[in-house]
Amino acid sequence: MASRTEITVRVTDAVKDALETYEKKEEELIPILSKVNRDLGFLPQEALELISEGLKVPKSRVKSVASFYHMLSTKPLGRHVIRFCENAPCHIAGGGEIWSALKEATNLQAGETSPDGKWSLITTSCLGLCAVGPVMVVDGDVYGNLTVDKIPEILGRYE
Amino acid sequence: MKYYRSMVLVSNDPQSMVQGAQEIFDCIKAEVKKHNLEDEISIAMASDISRMDISPVVIVYPEAVVYGPVKAEDVPFLVEEHLYKGRIATRLQAPKKALSGPIAWLSTREGSLPAEQRIVLERAGIIDPESIDDYIIHEGYRALGKVLSDMKPEDVIATIKESGLRGRGGAGFPTGMKWGFVAVAKGDKKYVVCNADESEPGTFKDRLILEGDPHSIIEALIIASYAVGADEGYIYVRGEYELAQTRLKAAIQQAKEYGILGKNIFGSDHSFELHVHAGAGAYICGEETALLESIEGKRGEPRSRPPYPTTEGLWGKPTLINNVETLANIPAIIRHGANWFKSFGTPSSPGTKVYTILGNVNKTGLIEVPMGITLREVISIYAKGMKNGISFKLAQTGGSSGSIIPASLQDTPMDYDSYAKAGVSLGSGALLICNEEVCVVDLAKVLMKFFKFESCGKCNPCRIGNIRALQTLDRISEGLGTEADIETLQMISKNLYEMSNCGLGQTSGAPLRDIIDHFRAEVDAHIKLKVCPAGICAMSGQSNLYNN
Repeated sequence: MASRTEITVRVTDAVKDALETYEKKEEELIPILSKVNRDLGFLPQEALELISEGLKVPKSRVKSVASFYHMLSTKPLGRHVIRFCENAPCHIAGGGEIWSALKEATNLQAGETSPDGKWSLITTSCLGLCAVGPVMVVDGDVYGNLTVDKIPEILGRYE
Repeated sequence: MKYYRSMVLVSNDPQSMVQGAQEIFDCIKAEVKKHNLEDEISIAMASDISRMDISPVVIVYPEAVVYGPVKAEDVPFLVEEHLYKGRIATRLQAPKKALSGPIAWLSTREGSLPAEQRIVLERAGIIDPESIDDYIIHEGYRALGKVLSDMKPEDVIATIKESGLRGRGGAGFPTGMKWGFVAVAKGDKKYVVCNADESEPGTFKDRLILEGDPHSIIEALIIASYAVGADEGYIYVRGEYELAQTRLKAAIQQAKEYGILGKNIFGSDHSFELHVHAGAGAYICGEETALLESIEGKRGEPRSRPPYPTTEGLWGKPTLINNVETLANIPAIIRHGANWFKSFGTPSSPGTKVYTILGNVNKTGLIEVPMGITLREVISIYAKGMKNGISFKLAQTGGSSGSIIPASLQDTPMDYDSYAKAGVSLGSGALLICNEEVCVVDLAKVLMKFFKFESCGKCNPCRIGNIRALQTLDRISEGLGTEADIETLQMISKNLYEMSNCGLGQTSGAPLRDIIDHFRAEVDAHIKLKVCPAGICAMSGQSNLYNN
C-alpha cells in the first residue's frame, strides 16, 4: 500500500500537470477534471480542492461538475473497470444474457467494486458501436459481438 | 440466409383483390420460378400502396417502379423485361400523375437507381482522414474558396435556404432559417458550434463523419461563421469519441498551418478560430443549451427557453448550433448548388440521410440514401432481410428523439413530413429493427432505464416521471400489473411531454405512448392474463391463464 504522503504527492502532481496543460479558466474545468480522472483513476476530494484553489472556482461548483458527468468518478474504482452498454440496440442483440453472465463472473451488481479492488462493474450509455453489439469496454479495450462463452476468456486477460 | 436483389410488392387492398391481385401475385411467383429467380427476388403483398384508378398495383424495388393497373396477362412480359432482363417495362408503368396518396413520393424518385447516394460520407473511407492534402485533392476547401471570393454572407444563407436542408440532429428544423436568425441577431461577438455529442443509442453516423472526414466539418464551420458573422467556434465532441477528438485536433492544426483557419483566411477579411471541446459522458449534453453550459465548464443542465441560443447562446452571445451531419452537407451544397441538392430525396426533405441499421437483420451497419425510402426497403434490400426469417415486428428510431414504428408503417416514406403526418418521428437515423421475439414491455423498460439514468435531474416531471414509469413497467413485466397501470403510463407520458423543460423529458414518454397505441393487446396480455406473449418477461406473478 502506498503511504498517505505518497498518495498526496501523486494527487498534487496530477493536478499540477492538468492545470499546466490547460488554461486556468473556469471553462477548462471539464478538460482538467477529465485529465486528473484519467491519471488517478478517480477524483479524490483533495484533487477537487486543489483544482478549486487553482482555478479560483468555489469547491461546491467543482464537486457538482465532477459528480454530474458519467466519465468522472468521485469514488475510487477497481484496478479494472468493466463498462457494459445496456441500451436498446445491445439489449436486442442479446445483451441481457451477457449482463447476467458478467454479474455472475465478477460476483458484482451494477456500480459495485469487488472487495479485493480488482473489478468495478458499471453500466454505460450507448458507445456508438452498435453494429457489433452487445458491447463492453474493459479499461480502454473494446469487446464487441459478445457471447456468454467469451466472457471468462476476456476477463481472464486481466490480472 | 437469403439475399434478394429485388423486391416485388403487389397491392392487396379490397379493390385490388376484387380485380385479381391474388392471381397476379401467383402469376408473378410462377413466372419468377420459370426464370429460376426465386432465390434473388422476394415477392410480397401489401395493403395501402394502391389507388383506385391504377389498381392492382405492382411495385418493383430497388428501382421503385410502379406498374398499374396490371392484368394477369401482362405478368410474363413484366417479369421477363424487368426482373430477368433488367429493363423497365415502360408500357405497363402507371402514369406519373396517378401517383398520389401513399405512393405519391415515388413520383419524385428520378432515374432508376435510388441505391446508396453519398453526399456527407462521400470521402469517408476514400481519403486519408489525417491528411489535409488528400482532402484538398478531393475537392476539399473549394466551397470555402468560392464563398470567400465570390459570395456575400447573405448569398450563402440564401443558397442554404434554397436547398431546403433540414437539421439532421433529429428535429428537422430548416438550417437556412437558423443561419438567418443568427445572422440578424445583434451582438459584437457571435459563435458557431458543432454539436458532435452524438449519444442517441444506436447512432454512430457522426462518429464516422468525424473520423473519416474531419476537414469537411471544419470547412462547413468556417462557411457558417462567414455567413452569420462569427469569429470563433467550438466542436463539442462527446468524451467517449477519443479517435474523433484526436483527428479533429490534428485537422485543425493542419488547417492553421495552411492558413485556412486563423486571421484573414485566403487573404479575405474573414478570421475564424476553432476549438475542440470534449464532453465527459452525459447524454443530456446533446441538448443544445446543456451543451453550451458544458462548454462554459458547468453541469450540463438545459437552460430555459426562450431566449434561444440564436440570440443568447454561449456566454450570452448569439450562437449557431448545428449537428455534424447537417454541417457535412454544406460544402457540397455550395459547390454544386441548391438545385443539385434538391434533386435528391423528397420535396419536403431534400438530400440524403445516414441511417444506422441494427437489430434482428442479416446485415447491420450504416447507409446513406436519399430521403424518402421506406423501412421495408431498408430491411429487405440494405439489411438483406430479417435474421433467421423471423417476421418483422417493429422498428425503434433512435434513443429519445425517435419513436416505435409498427409494421403497419413500413411503407411510409422516411422523411420528416411523412413521418410527422403518421405521428412518429425519424429521430437521429438509428433504425433498430426488432422481430417477433422482442417483447414491447421489455423494450420499453430498457428505454425508460436509459432515460432514468440520463435525466439531468433539473426538472421534476423528467426526474420523477421516468422513475415512476420504470417502476410501473417493472411491475407489469413481473406479472403484477393492474389495469390502472395503463392509465398511469398514459398520464406519465402526457405529463413528461407537456411539462418537461427540455427535449429529453418531452420525448422520454414516447415509448410508453407508442407501446399502448400500437401494441395494446400485448401489454394487456401482461396485465390481464399475466402472460408475456414473446416469452421474454419473467412473469413471477400468478398466471390467470392456468389458474382460473
